[in-house]
Amino acid sequence: MDRIGGEIRKILRQWMQLVEFFGQLGLDIRTDLRHPGRHRWRETLYYIDLCGRRSLGIVVLICGLMGFILALQGGLLIREYGGELFVADLVGFSLLKELGPLMVGMIATGRAGSAFAAEIGTMKVNEEVSALTTMGISPVRFLVVPKLLAMLIVLPLLAVAGDMAGLLGGLLIGVTYLDLPVSAYWGRTLQVLSPQVLTLGVLKCFVFAALITLIGCWRGFQADPDAQGVGRAATGAVVSSILLLVVADLFITLFYASIGC
Amino acid sequence: MENDAIIEVRDLTVGYDRRAVLEKINFTVKKGEIFCILGGSGCGKSTLLKHMIGLLPPFSGDVRLFGESMVYADDAARHRLMRRFGVTYQGGALFGSMTLLENVELPLAEYTGLSRAERRKVAAEKLAQVDLAGFEDYMPAEISGGMRKRAGLARALALDPEMLFFDEPSAGLDPITAAELDRLILKLRDQSGATIVVVTHDLDSVFAIADRIIMLSKQDKKIVAEGSPCDLRENADMLWVRNFLTRDGLSRR
Repeated sequence: MDRIGGEIRKILRQWMQLVEFFGQLGLDIRTDLRHPGRHRWRETLYYIDLCGRRSLGIVVLICGLMGFILALQGGLLIREYGGELFVADLVGFSLLKELGPLMVGMIATGRAGSAFAAEIGTMKVNEEVSALTTMGISPVRFLVVPKLLAMLIVLPLLAVAGDMAGLLGGLLIGVTYLDLPVSAYWGRTLQVLSPQVLTLGVLKCFVFAALITLIGCWRGFQADPDAQGVGRAATGAVVSSILLLVVADLFITLFYASIGC
Repeated sequence: MENDAIIEVRDLTVGYDRRAVLEKINFTVKKGEIFCILGGSGCGKSTLLKHMIGLLPPFSGDVRLFGESMVYADDAARHRLMRRFGVTYQGGALFGSMTLLENVELPLAEYTGLSRAERRKVAAEKLAQVDLAGFEDYMPAEISGGMRKRAGLARALALDPEMLFFDEPSAGLDPITAAELDRLILKLRDQSGATIVVVTHDLDSVFAIADRIIMLSKQDKKIVAEGSPCDLRENADMLWVRNFLTRDGLSRR
Protein backbone atom coordinates (compact mmCIF):
# COMPACT_ATOMS: atom_id res chain seq x y z
CA MET A 1 0.00 0.00 0.00
CA ASP A 2 2.86 2.31 0.88
CA ARG A 3 4.42 1.76 -2.55
CA ILE A 4 1.14 2.46 -4.34
CA GLY A 5 0.64 5.56 -2.22
CA GLY A 6 4.20 6.66 -3.03
CA GLU A 7 3.63 6.20 -6.76
CA ILE A 8 0.35 8.14 -6.66
CA ARG A 9 2.04 10.99 -4.77
CA LYS A 10 4.87 10.98 -7.33
CA ILE A 11 2.43 11.20 -10.25
CA LEU A 12 0.43 13.95 -8.55
CA ARG A 13 3.62 15.87 -7.83
CA GLN A 14 4.68 15.57 -11.46
CA TRP A 15 1.30 16.88 -12.61
CA MET A 16 1.61 19.79 -10.21
CA GLN A 17 5.07 20.52 -11.56
CA LEU A 18 3.73 20.33 -15.12
CA VAL A 19 1.02 22.87 -14.26
CA GLU A 20 3.68 25.11 -12.68
CA PHE A 21 5.86 24.69 -15.79
CA PHE A 22 3.06 25.86 -18.09
CA GLY A 23 2.15 28.68 -15.71
CA GLN A 24 5.76 29.84 -15.63
CA LEU A 25 6.01 29.51 -19.42
CA GLY A 26 2.96 31.74 -19.84
CA LEU A 27 4.43 34.35 -17.50
CA ASP A 28 7.83 34.22 -19.21
CA ILE A 29 6.38 34.56 -22.70
CA ARG A 30 4.43 37.59 -21.48
CA THR A 31 7.64 39.06 -19.99
CA ASP A 32 9.52 38.58 -23.27
CA LEU A 33 6.67 40.08 -25.29
CA ARG A 34 6.60 43.14 -23.03
CA HIS A 35 10.38 43.48 -22.99
CA PRO A 36 11.69 42.07 -26.29
CA GLY A 37 15.15 43.43 -25.45
CA ARG A 38 15.37 40.95 -22.57
CA HIS A 39 14.66 37.98 -24.82
CA ARG A 40 17.71 35.79 -25.39
CA TRP A 41 18.03 36.45 -29.11
CA ARG A 42 21.51 34.96 -29.45
CA GLU A 43 20.30 31.61 -28.12
CA THR A 44 17.24 31.80 -30.38
CA LEU A 45 19.51 32.24 -33.41
CA TYR A 46 21.67 29.35 -32.23
CA TYR A 47 18.64 27.04 -32.07
CA ILE A 48 17.35 28.29 -35.43
CA ASP A 49 20.69 27.23 -36.84
CA LEU A 50 20.74 23.92 -34.94
CA CYS A 51 17.17 22.87 -35.69
CA GLY A 52 16.83 24.60 -39.05
CA ARG A 53 19.91 24.89 -41.21
CA ARG A 54 21.53 21.76 -39.87
CA SER A 55 18.30 19.75 -40.34
CA LEU A 56 17.56 21.02 -43.84
CA GLY A 57 19.62 18.39 -45.65
CA ILE A 58 18.07 15.41 -43.90
CA VAL A 59 14.56 16.88 -44.25
CA VAL A 60 14.99 17.42 -47.99
CA LEU A 61 16.47 13.95 -48.44
CA ILE A 62 13.80 12.09 -46.44
CA CYS A 63 10.85 14.03 -47.84
CA GLY A 64 12.25 13.72 -51.36
CA LEU A 65 12.51 9.96 -50.91
CA MET A 66 9.03 9.91 -49.43
CA GLY A 67 7.63 11.57 -52.57
CA PHE A 68 9.64 9.16 -54.65
CA ILE A 69 8.23 6.10 -52.81
CA LEU A 70 4.66 7.41 -52.77
CA ALA A 71 4.73 8.03 -56.52
CA LEU A 72 6.25 4.63 -57.14
CA GLN A 73 3.74 2.74 -55.01
CA GLY A 74 0.79 4.79 -56.26
CA GLY A 75 1.98 4.49 -59.86
CA LEU A 76 2.13 0.70 -59.63
CA LEU A 77 -1.55 0.58 -58.69
CA ILE A 78 -2.93 3.42 -60.77
CA ARG A 79 -1.19 2.66 -64.06
CA GLU A 80 -3.29 -0.54 -64.35
CA TYR A 81 -6.34 1.70 -64.70
CA GLY A 82 -4.63 4.22 -66.96
CA GLY A 83 -4.74 7.02 -64.40
CA GLU A 84 -1.01 7.73 -64.09
CA LEU A 85 -1.56 11.47 -63.95
CA PHE A 86 -3.48 11.11 -60.70
CA VAL A 87 -0.23 10.13 -59.01
CA ALA A 88 0.37 13.87 -58.81
CA ASP A 89 -2.80 14.19 -56.71
CA LEU A 90 -1.76 11.34 -54.44
CA VAL A 91 1.75 12.64 -53.86
CA GLY A 92 0.69 16.28 -53.49
CA PHE A 93 -2.14 15.75 -51.03
CA SER A 94 -0.37 13.07 -48.97
CA LEU A 95 2.79 15.09 -48.62
CA LEU A 96 1.48 18.58 -48.13
CA LYS A 97 -1.38 17.77 -45.79
CA GLU A 98 0.04 14.84 -43.88
CA LEU A 99 3.38 13.22 -44.48
CA GLY A 100 5.48 16.33 -44.99
CA PRO A 101 4.66 17.98 -41.65
CA LEU A 102 4.71 14.62 -39.86
CA MET A 103 8.09 13.59 -41.27
CA VAL A 104 9.53 17.00 -40.44
CA GLY A 105 8.10 16.64 -36.93
CA MET A 106 9.70 13.21 -36.54
CA ILE A 107 13.08 14.44 -37.75
CA ALA A 108 12.89 17.45 -35.43
CA THR A 109 11.98 15.14 -32.55
CA GLY A 110 15.11 13.10 -33.14
CA ARG A 111 17.36 16.11 -33.59
CA ALA A 112 15.92 18.84 -31.41
CA GLY A 113 13.67 17.14 -28.84
CA SER A 114 16.36 14.78 -27.62
CA ALA A 115 19.00 17.54 -27.73
CA PHE A 116 16.79 19.84 -25.61
CA ALA A 117 16.20 17.11 -23.01
CA ALA A 118 19.90 16.19 -22.87
CA GLU A 119 21.01 19.82 -22.68
CA ILE A 120 18.68 20.77 -19.84
CA GLY A 121 19.28 17.45 -18.06
CA THR A 122 23.04 18.04 -18.17
CA MET A 123 22.59 21.59 -16.95
CA LYS A 124 20.59 20.17 -14.07
CA VAL A 125 23.40 17.73 -13.24
CA ASN A 126 25.93 20.59 -13.36
CA GLU A 127 23.70 22.71 -11.08
CA GLU A 128 23.34 25.37 -13.78
CA VAL A 129 19.57 25.23 -13.38
CA SER A 130 19.97 25.74 -9.62
CA ALA A 131 22.34 28.64 -10.33
CA LEU A 132 19.71 30.31 -12.49
CA THR A 133 17.09 29.85 -9.80
CA THR A 134 19.26 31.31 -7.05
CA MET A 135 20.10 34.25 -9.31
CA GLY A 136 16.36 34.87 -9.44
CA ILE A 137 16.27 34.11 -13.19
CA SER A 138 13.50 31.87 -14.43
CA PRO A 139 15.06 28.73 -15.96
CA VAL A 140 12.00 28.50 -18.21
CA ARG A 141 12.56 31.98 -19.65
CA PHE A 142 16.28 31.36 -19.99
CA LEU A 143 16.17 27.85 -21.41
CA VAL A 144 12.74 27.13 -22.89
CA VAL A 145 11.46 30.33 -24.50
CA PRO A 146 14.40 30.74 -26.96
CA LYS A 147 14.03 27.12 -28.05
CA LEU A 148 10.28 27.47 -28.45
CA LEU A 149 10.56 30.60 -30.58
CA ALA A 150 13.27 29.03 -32.74
CA MET A 151 11.22 25.90 -33.33
CA LEU A 152 8.07 27.91 -34.14
CA ILE A 153 10.05 29.76 -36.81
CA VAL A 154 11.98 26.82 -38.18
CA LEU A 155 9.57 23.92 -38.33
CA PRO A 156 7.04 25.49 -40.75
CA LEU A 157 9.92 26.54 -43.03
CA LEU A 158 11.36 23.04 -42.94
CA ALA A 159 7.93 21.63 -43.76
CA VAL A 160 7.72 23.85 -46.86
CA ALA A 161 11.20 22.73 -47.92
CA GLY A 162 10.25 19.10 -47.28
CA ASP A 163 7.03 19.49 -49.25
CA MET A 164 8.89 20.87 -52.24
CA ALA A 165 11.46 18.07 -52.08
CA GLY A 166 8.67 15.48 -51.89
CA LEU A 167 6.89 16.97 -54.89
CA LEU A 168 10.13 16.86 -56.86
CA GLY A 169 10.64 13.23 -55.82
CA GLY A 170 7.16 12.43 -57.13
CA LEU A 171 7.84 14.35 -60.32
CA LEU A 172 10.99 12.36 -60.90
CA ILE A 173 9.06 9.09 -60.79
CA GLY A 174 6.22 10.60 -62.83
CA VAL A 175 8.49 11.49 -65.73
CA THR A 176 10.83 8.47 -65.59
CA TYR A 177 8.79 5.49 -64.45
CA LEU A 178 5.31 6.61 -65.53
CA ASP A 179 6.45 8.34 -68.73
CA LEU A 180 4.48 11.50 -68.00
CA PRO A 181 5.61 14.83 -69.50
CA VAL A 182 7.02 17.22 -66.93
CA SER A 183 4.51 19.90 -67.90
CA ALA A 184 1.57 17.52 -67.47
CA TYR A 185 2.69 16.25 -64.05
CA TRP A 186 3.59 19.67 -62.73
CA GLY A 187 0.48 21.24 -64.22
CA ARG A 188 -1.69 18.66 -62.52
CA THR A 189 0.12 19.23 -59.22
CA LEU A 190 -0.46 22.98 -59.38
CA GLN A 191 -4.07 22.44 -60.44
CA VAL A 192 -5.01 20.31 -57.44
CA LEU A 193 -2.85 21.85 -54.77
CA SER A 194 -4.25 25.15 -53.61
CA PRO A 195 -2.31 27.42 -51.21
CA GLN A 196 -4.90 26.33 -48.62
CA VAL A 197 -3.59 22.74 -48.72
CA LEU A 198 -0.06 23.95 -48.12
CA THR A 199 -1.23 26.26 -45.33
CA LEU A 200 -3.17 23.50 -43.56
CA GLY A 201 -0.06 21.33 -43.48
CA VAL A 202 2.18 24.15 -42.35
CA LEU A 203 -0.23 25.11 -39.56
CA LYS A 204 0.22 21.62 -38.11
CA CYS A 205 3.90 22.39 -37.77
CA PHE A 206 3.26 25.13 -35.22
CA VAL A 207 1.54 22.60 -32.97
CA PHE A 208 4.31 20.05 -33.57
CA ALA A 209 7.01 22.65 -32.82
CA ALA A 210 5.40 23.51 -29.49
CA LEU A 211 4.94 19.83 -28.57
CA ILE A 212 8.51 18.79 -29.41
CA THR A 213 10.04 21.74 -27.56
CA LEU A 214 7.91 21.53 -24.46
CA ILE A 215 8.20 17.76 -24.12
CA GLY A 216 11.98 17.86 -24.66
CA CYS A 217 12.48 20.67 -22.15
CA TRP A 218 10.09 19.17 -19.61
CA ARG A 219 11.86 15.81 -19.79
CA GLY A 220 15.17 17.63 -19.26
CA PHE A 221 13.91 19.40 -16.15
CA GLN A 222 12.58 16.09 -14.82
CA ALA A 223 15.84 14.19 -15.50
CA ASP A 224 17.43 12.37 -12.59
CA PRO A 225 20.70 14.13 -11.78
CA ASP A 226 23.09 11.53 -13.15
CA ALA A 227 24.41 10.40 -16.54
CA GLN A 228 21.84 7.63 -16.90
CA GLY A 229 19.08 10.02 -15.91
CA VAL A 230 20.06 12.38 -18.74
CA GLY A 231 20.09 9.46 -21.19
CA ARG A 232 16.65 8.35 -20.04
CA ALA A 233 15.34 11.91 -20.36
CA ALA A 234 16.56 12.15 -23.97
CA THR A 235 15.03 8.79 -24.88
CA GLY A 236 11.82 9.64 -23.05
CA ALA A 237 11.59 12.93 -24.92
CA VAL A 238 11.78 11.19 -28.29
CA VAL A 239 9.29 8.44 -27.41
CA SER A 240 6.74 10.81 -25.83
CA SER A 241 7.09 13.34 -28.64
CA ILE A 242 6.54 10.79 -31.41
CA LEU A 243 3.45 9.43 -29.66
CA LEU A 244 2.01 12.86 -28.98
CA LEU A 245 2.83 14.11 -32.51
CA VAL A 246 0.76 11.31 -34.02
CA VAL A 247 -2.08 11.85 -31.55
CA ALA A 248 -2.02 15.61 -32.18
CA ASP A 249 -1.96 14.96 -35.93
CA LEU A 250 -5.05 12.80 -35.61
CA PHE A 251 -6.97 15.48 -33.71
CA ILE A 252 -5.89 18.25 -36.09
CA THR A 253 -6.95 16.12 -39.07
CA LEU A 254 -10.30 15.43 -37.40
CA PHE A 255 -10.69 19.15 -36.80
CA TYR A 256 -9.85 19.96 -40.45
CA ALA A 257 -12.38 17.35 -41.55
CA SER A 258 -15.04 18.82 -39.28
CA ILE A 259 -14.64 22.27 -40.87
CA GLY A 260 -14.59 20.78 -44.35
CA CYS A 261 -10.89 21.24 -45.17
CA MET B 1 15.54 38.34 15.24
CA GLU B 2 18.37 37.35 17.56
CA ASN B 3 20.95 40.05 18.17
CA ASP B 4 22.91 40.69 14.89
CA ALA B 5 21.83 37.30 13.46
CA ILE B 6 21.46 37.65 9.70
CA ILE B 7 20.45 34.02 9.08
CA GLU B 8 18.04 32.16 11.35
CA VAL B 9 17.15 28.53 10.86
CA ARG B 10 14.23 27.56 13.03
CA ASP B 11 12.96 24.03 13.71
CA LEU B 12 13.88 23.07 10.16
CA THR B 13 13.06 19.54 9.02
CA VAL B 14 14.27 18.67 5.53
CA GLY B 15 14.50 15.59 3.35
CA TYR B 16 13.47 13.94 0.11
CA ASP B 17 10.15 12.27 -0.69
CA ARG B 18 8.90 11.52 2.82
CA ARG B 19 12.27 10.63 4.32
CA ALA B 20 13.65 13.24 6.70
CA VAL B 21 17.39 13.84 6.45
CA LEU B 22 17.60 16.46 9.20
CA GLU B 23 15.04 17.12 11.89
CA LYS B 24 14.24 20.22 13.93
CA ILE B 25 17.48 22.03 13.12
CA ASN B 26 18.06 25.38 14.85
CA PHE B 27 20.98 27.76 14.42
CA THR B 28 21.81 31.36 13.61
CA VAL B 29 24.60 33.02 11.65
CA LYS B 30 25.81 36.47 12.62
CA LYS B 31 26.49 39.31 10.24
CA GLY B 32 30.04 39.21 8.87
CA GLU B 33 30.69 35.72 10.17
CA ILE B 34 32.30 32.83 8.28
CA PHE B 35 30.14 29.90 9.24
CA CYS B 36 30.91 26.33 8.20
CA ILE B 37 28.52 23.41 8.03
CA LEU B 38 30.35 20.13 8.58
CA GLY B 39 29.48 16.49 8.77
CA GLY B 40 30.21 13.11 7.31
CA SER B 41 29.22 12.08 3.81
CA GLY B 42 25.45 11.87 3.35
CA CYS B 43 24.61 13.74 6.56
CA GLY B 44 22.63 16.40 4.71
CA LYS B 45 25.05 19.33 4.49
CA SER B 46 24.26 20.17 0.88
CA THR B 47 20.58 19.41 1.44
CA LEU B 48 20.54 21.93 4.28
CA LEU B 49 22.26 24.50 2.06
CA LYS B 50 19.72 23.97 -0.74
CA HIS B 51 16.92 24.66 1.73
CA MET B 52 18.67 27.74 3.10
CA ILE B 53 18.93 29.29 -0.37
CA GLY B 54 15.35 28.45 -1.30
CA LEU B 55 16.00 25.74 -3.89
CA LEU B 56 13.91 23.19 -2.00
CA PRO B 57 10.91 23.59 0.31
CA PRO B 58 11.36 22.11 3.80
CA PHE B 59 8.99 19.63 5.42
CA SER B 60 8.54 22.10 8.26
CA GLY B 61 10.26 25.00 9.98
CA ASP B 62 11.59 28.24 8.61
CA VAL B 63 14.72 29.86 7.19
CA ARG B 64 14.94 33.61 7.72
CA LEU B 65 17.45 35.70 5.81
CA PHE B 66 17.80 39.39 6.67
CA GLY B 67 14.80 38.92 8.98
CA GLU B 68 12.52 37.69 6.18
CA SER B 69 11.26 34.18 5.67
CA MET B 70 12.56 32.35 2.59
CA VAL B 71 10.05 29.57 3.11
CA TYR B 72 6.84 31.55 3.36
CA ALA B 73 7.79 34.45 1.08
CA ASP B 74 5.85 34.85 -2.16
CA ASP B 75 7.80 34.60 -5.43
CA ALA B 76 8.52 38.32 -5.68
CA ALA B 77 9.79 38.54 -2.09
CA ARG B 78 11.89 35.40 -2.55
CA HIS B 79 13.47 36.82 -5.69
CA ARG B 80 14.22 40.07 -3.85
CA LEU B 81 15.98 38.05 -1.16
CA MET B 82 17.86 35.99 -3.74
CA ARG B 83 19.31 39.14 -5.27
CA ARG B 84 20.89 39.92 -1.90
CA PHE B 85 22.95 36.74 -1.72
CA GLY B 86 25.28 34.85 -4.03
CA VAL B 87 25.85 31.13 -4.31
CA THR B 88 28.86 29.25 -5.64
CA TYR B 89 28.35 25.64 -6.56
CA GLN B 90 30.68 22.66 -6.39
CA GLY B 91 31.60 22.69 -10.07
CA GLY B 92 31.11 26.42 -10.59
CA ALA B 93 27.80 25.91 -12.44
CA LEU B 94 28.94 28.23 -15.22
CA PHE B 95 26.85 28.35 -18.39
CA GLY B 96 28.83 26.42 -20.96
CA SER B 97 27.62 28.43 -23.96
CA MET B 98 28.89 31.71 -22.50
CA THR B 99 32.37 33.10 -21.93
CA LEU B 100 33.49 33.83 -18.38
CA LEU B 101 32.77 37.52 -18.91
CA GLU B 102 29.27 36.81 -20.19
CA ASN B 103 28.63 34.52 -17.24
CA VAL B 104 29.50 37.28 -14.79
CA GLU B 105 27.61 39.83 -16.87
CA LEU B 106 24.39 37.84 -16.73
CA PRO B 107 23.08 38.95 -13.30
CA LEU B 108 24.09 42.52 -14.13
CA ALA B 109 22.09 42.39 -17.36
CA GLU B 110 19.08 40.99 -15.53
CA TYR B 111 19.01 43.32 -12.55
CA THR B 112 20.83 46.55 -13.29
CA GLY B 113 20.26 49.34 -15.75
CA LEU B 114 23.93 49.41 -16.70
CA SER B 115 24.91 49.80 -20.34
CA ARG B 116 26.67 46.91 -22.05
CA ALA B 117 30.04 48.66 -21.74
CA GLU B 118 29.49 49.34 -18.04
CA ARG B 119 28.40 45.75 -17.46
CA ARG B 120 31.49 44.42 -19.18
CA LYS B 121 33.67 46.72 -17.08
CA VAL B 122 32.09 45.56 -13.81
CA ALA B 123 32.26 41.90 -14.89
CA ALA B 124 35.95 42.28 -15.77
CA GLU B 125 36.57 43.83 -12.34
CA LYS B 126 34.85 40.91 -10.63
CA LEU B 127 36.94 38.44 -12.60
CA ALA B 128 40.07 40.36 -11.63
CA GLN B 129 38.94 40.23 -8.00
CA VAL B 130 39.15 36.42 -8.16
CA ASP B 131 42.47 36.53 -10.06
CA LEU B 132 40.98 35.71 -13.44
CA ALA B 133 41.99 38.86 -15.28
CA GLY B 134 42.92 37.94 -18.84
CA PHE B 135 40.52 35.00 -18.96
CA GLU B 136 37.42 37.04 -19.85
CA ASP B 137 36.93 35.47 -23.26
CA TYR B 138 37.60 31.89 -22.24
CA MET B 139 34.79 29.35 -22.29
CA PRO B 140 34.20 27.37 -19.07
CA ALA B 141 35.37 24.17 -20.78
CA GLU B 142 38.75 25.78 -21.50
CA ILE B 143 39.74 26.43 -17.87
CA SER B 144 40.61 24.26 -14.87
CA GLY B 145 38.23 23.18 -12.09
CA GLY B 146 39.68 25.68 -9.62
CA MET B 147 39.35 28.50 -12.14
CA ARG B 148 35.75 27.50 -12.82
CA LYS B 149 35.02 27.75 -9.10
CA ARG B 150 36.60 31.18 -8.95
CA ALA B 151 34.65 32.29 -12.02
CA GLY B 152 31.49 31.01 -10.32
CA LEU B 153 32.46 33.12 -7.32
CA ALA B 154 32.96 36.16 -9.54
CA ARG B 155 29.44 35.66 -10.89
CA ALA B 156 28.10 35.29 -7.35
CA LEU B 157 29.82 38.58 -6.49
CA ALA B 158 28.43 40.45 -9.48
CA LEU B 159 25.63 42.16 -7.58
CA ASP B 160 27.78 42.83 -4.48
CA PRO B 161 25.82 40.43 -2.26
CA GLU B 162 25.63 40.84 1.49
CA MET B 163 25.77 37.08 1.94
CA LEU B 164 27.62 34.27 0.16
CA PHE B 165 26.99 30.55 0.22
CA PHE B 166 29.68 28.09 -0.84
CA ASP B 167 28.97 24.43 -1.55
CA GLU B 168 32.16 22.38 -1.08
CA PRO B 169 34.50 25.10 -2.40
CA SER B 170 37.67 23.03 -2.01
CA ALA B 171 36.30 19.72 -3.30
CA GLY B 172 38.50 18.35 -6.07
CA LEU B 173 41.15 21.06 -5.73
CA ASP B 174 44.83 20.57 -5.01
CA PRO B 175 46.01 21.94 -1.62
CA ILE B 176 47.53 25.11 -3.07
CA THR B 177 44.45 26.00 -5.13
CA ALA B 178 42.23 25.20 -2.14
CA ALA B 179 44.35 27.48 0.05
CA GLU B 180 44.10 30.26 -2.57
CA LEU B 181 40.33 29.94 -2.49
CA ASP B 182 40.36 30.08 1.32
CA ARG B 183 42.44 33.26 1.20
CA LEU B 184 39.97 34.68 -1.29
CA ILE B 185 37.07 33.91 1.04
CA LEU B 186 38.84 35.63 3.94
CA LYS B 187 39.68 38.61 1.71
CA LEU B 188 36.09 38.92 0.60
CA ARG B 189 34.80 38.94 4.14
CA ASP B 190 37.40 41.47 5.24
CA GLN B 191 36.83 43.76 2.25
CA SER B 192 33.06 43.65 1.95
CA GLY B 193 31.92 42.47 5.37
CA ALA B 194 29.80 39.81 3.70
CA THR B 195 28.40 36.95 5.75
CA ILE B 196 29.73 33.67 4.43
CA VAL B 197 28.28 30.19 4.84
CA VAL B 198 30.43 27.28 3.69
CA VAL B 199 29.44 23.65 3.35
CA THR B 200 32.57 21.54 3.50
CA HIS B 201 34.33 18.58 5.01
CA ASP B 202 37.80 19.92 4.29
CA LEU B 203 39.27 20.32 7.78
CA ASP B 204 42.21 22.44 6.59
CA SER B 205 39.75 24.95 5.17
CA VAL B 206 37.59 24.86 8.27
CA PHE B 207 40.48 25.66 10.60
CA ALA B 208 41.76 28.32 8.22
CA ILE B 209 38.59 30.30 7.68
CA ALA B 210 35.73 29.38 10.02
CA ASP B 211 34.66 31.62 12.88
CA ARG B 212 32.07 29.11 13.93
CA ILE B 213 30.90 25.70 12.78
CA ILE B 214 28.03 23.31 13.22
CA MET B 215 28.43 19.58 12.85
CA LEU B 216 25.62 17.42 11.55
CA SER B 217 25.11 13.79 12.38
CA LYS B 218 23.63 11.36 9.88
CA GLN B 219 22.49 9.00 12.64
CA ASP B 220 20.86 11.60 14.89
CA LYS B 221 19.63 13.78 11.97
CA LYS B 222 20.51 16.89 13.94
CA ILE B 223 23.29 19.27 14.97
CA VAL B 224 25.59 17.52 17.40
CA ALA B 225 28.09 20.32 17.99
CA GLU B 226 28.28 24.06 17.54
CA GLY B 227 31.13 26.46 18.28
CA SER B 228 34.56 27.53 17.12
CA PRO B 229 36.48 24.74 15.36
CA CYS B 230 39.48 24.89 17.70
CA ASP B 231 37.29 24.84 20.77
CA LEU B 232 35.29 21.87 19.52
CA ARG B 233 38.44 19.97 18.57
CA GLU B 234 39.68 20.22 22.16
CA ASN B 235 36.52 20.32 24.24
CA ALA B 236 33.55 18.82 22.39
CA ASP B 237 31.44 16.53 24.56
CA MET B 238 31.08 13.90 21.86
CA LEU B 239 34.07 11.75 21.08
CA TRP B 240 32.88 11.48 17.43
CA VAL B 241 33.13 15.26 17.06
CA ARG B 242 36.66 15.36 18.45
CA ASN B 243 37.63 12.40 16.24
CA PHE B 244 36.12 14.06 13.18
CA LEU B 245 38.02 17.28 13.79
CA THR B 246 41.31 15.44 14.40
CA ARG B 247 40.82 12.94 11.55
CA ASP B 248 40.24 10.20 14.13
CA GLY B 249 43.39 11.15 15.97
CA LEU B 250 45.57 10.47 12.93
CA SER B 251 47.91 13.43 12.75
CA ARG B 252 50.25 14.31 9.92
CA ARG B 253 53.78 12.83 10.12
